[in-house]
Amino acid sequence: MSDPSRGVISIVGAAESDLGRVADGLTSLDLAGQAALRAADDAGIGIHEVDGIFCATSHYAMSGLELAEYLGIRPRYSDSNNLGGASFVSHLLHAIAAIRAGLCTTALIAYGSTQLSDGGKLVTASAPNLYESAYRPRYPVSMYALAAARHMHEFGTTREQLASVAVAAREWARLTPGAFSTEPLTIVDVLASRMVSDPLTVADCCLVTDGGGAIIVTTTERARDLRQPLIPVLGVGEAHWHRSISQMPSLTTTAALDSGVRAFAMAGLDVADVDVVELYDAFTINVPLFLEDLGFCAKGEGGAFVSEGRIAPGGTLPVNTNGGGLSYAHPGMYGIFLLVEAVRQLRGGTGARQVAGAEVALVQANGAVLSAQATALLGSAGTL
Amino acid sequence: MIGNLEVSPAAVYGEGLAAGSLRYQRCGSCGRAVFYPRVGCPHCGSAHLAWETSAGSGTVYSTTTIRSRSGDYNVALIDLDEGYRMMCTVRDDIAGDPRIGDRVVAVVPPGTTAETLSFRRTEQP
Repeated sequence: MSDPSRGVISIVGAAESDLGRVADGLTSLDLAGQAALRAADDAGIGIHEVDGIFCATSHYAMSGLELAEYLGIRPRYSDSNNLGGASFVSHLLHAIAAIRAGLCTTALIAYGSTQLSDGGKLVTASAPNLYESAYRPRYPVSMYALAAARHMHEFGTTREQLASVAVAAREWARLTPGAFSTEPLTIVDVLASRMVSDPLTVADCCLVTDGGGAIIVTTTERARDLRQPLIPVLGVGEAHWHRSISQMPSLTTTAALDSGVRAFAMAGLDVADVDVVELYDAFTINVPLFLEDLGFCAKGEGGAFVSEGRIAPGGTLPVNTNGGGLSYAHPGMYGIFLLVEAVRQLRGGTGARQVAGAEVALVQANGAVLSAQATALLGSAGTL
Repeated sequence: MIGNLEVSPAAVYGEGLAAGSLRYQRCGSCGRAVFYPRVGCPHCGSAHLAWETSAGSGTVYSTTTIRSRSGDYNVALIDLDEGYRMMCTVRDDIAGDPRIGDRVVAVVPPGTTAETLSFRRTEQP
């Protein structure tokens, strides 16, 4: 008996806004709005067919209110849940619930940020934990550095292994039109880059860019009548165990352990079924952590797993096929871009970076400081 | 019945530092240590938290050195022997960066604030 949420909604539209460094004066709301309109175009529907809105941004505390007004949408279901970069995959889970309950039929999930144009500083409406901010950790890189240091201590993970994540991302980006960073990158380059917060160098850290993204979902029944190839949402799970890094139970195990089990259970799949993986690579350490917690390798073996080209173009497990947050784009909260790239891979025709015959994509979105985790399994029509 | 608070957990903690004591909470129901200070136990949901004074001895759980134009400095997560974890900085005259597993002790002279609280190494593994 399959899970009643499995495949009940499908992604019918997916798009990005202008990316990289956008025109002067554009706002985060402009970019979210532009991505939304492009996603509606992609779906072949009018934006005013949207009756459910899901939005989280760093700039607007009331993101759903802002975006609905901007686009002239009067939603009957509105969700501005903010789990940082994990928000948009969380929204996908909540959209399943809302659509199944009949509370809306066509949902827009959108994001935008002008982080680069704003000067690169991380905009956040999130109050700091005063028991941490007193010691001036550099948010968020120092928190990920603490996790990386602990992973290296417990399992012997090396800086070279972490660097191989950045190198693989760059190789994918070099196959991706519009990627932000495309100069060749080697492990030696990463190790020689400026140290930011030991053991992470600037090359272990995601980019700072502008950009927005959006997806539109509706019932799979309705999606069959729309113009894009069917991309059913097979399973989604979310979990969070902490907000502040000092409250994370173990720095080497994330809540992806739970979100992954939930998503795989809904989908009735396991890791062997996954053809392409899009993981939130805010920092290089994320990739081994999530591959371990999701079950692609045993705990502690992530460093070896990501080495020797296994996750790079031509490797056995394609990971972050557009270059990820490390090389493609990273406007503050990257989660929506994971979904967009997964949809593109499943539709096919992405050119040099296309994973041949991709039928099942796994998306792992991460929010705050390894805090919120949301996992999605998307499929092609044949997986229903 | 959960009564009204006369003083905030943050104030009790800050008053402790000012008096030269590192304070933490222990749950009257489940017995586990709690940090950061709050009004209820995250382990069991009880509102019966009592204040205790920490010996300040602990072990570095993880550590990073932040490279800054105004100078490098340490940020560490310390596992205190009483069973709680906190973020702080390790600052002393011992050469080399702090390492995971180093034994440390809190430096809490009278007049300490959250910003001036630090730990120093007592031995390295």
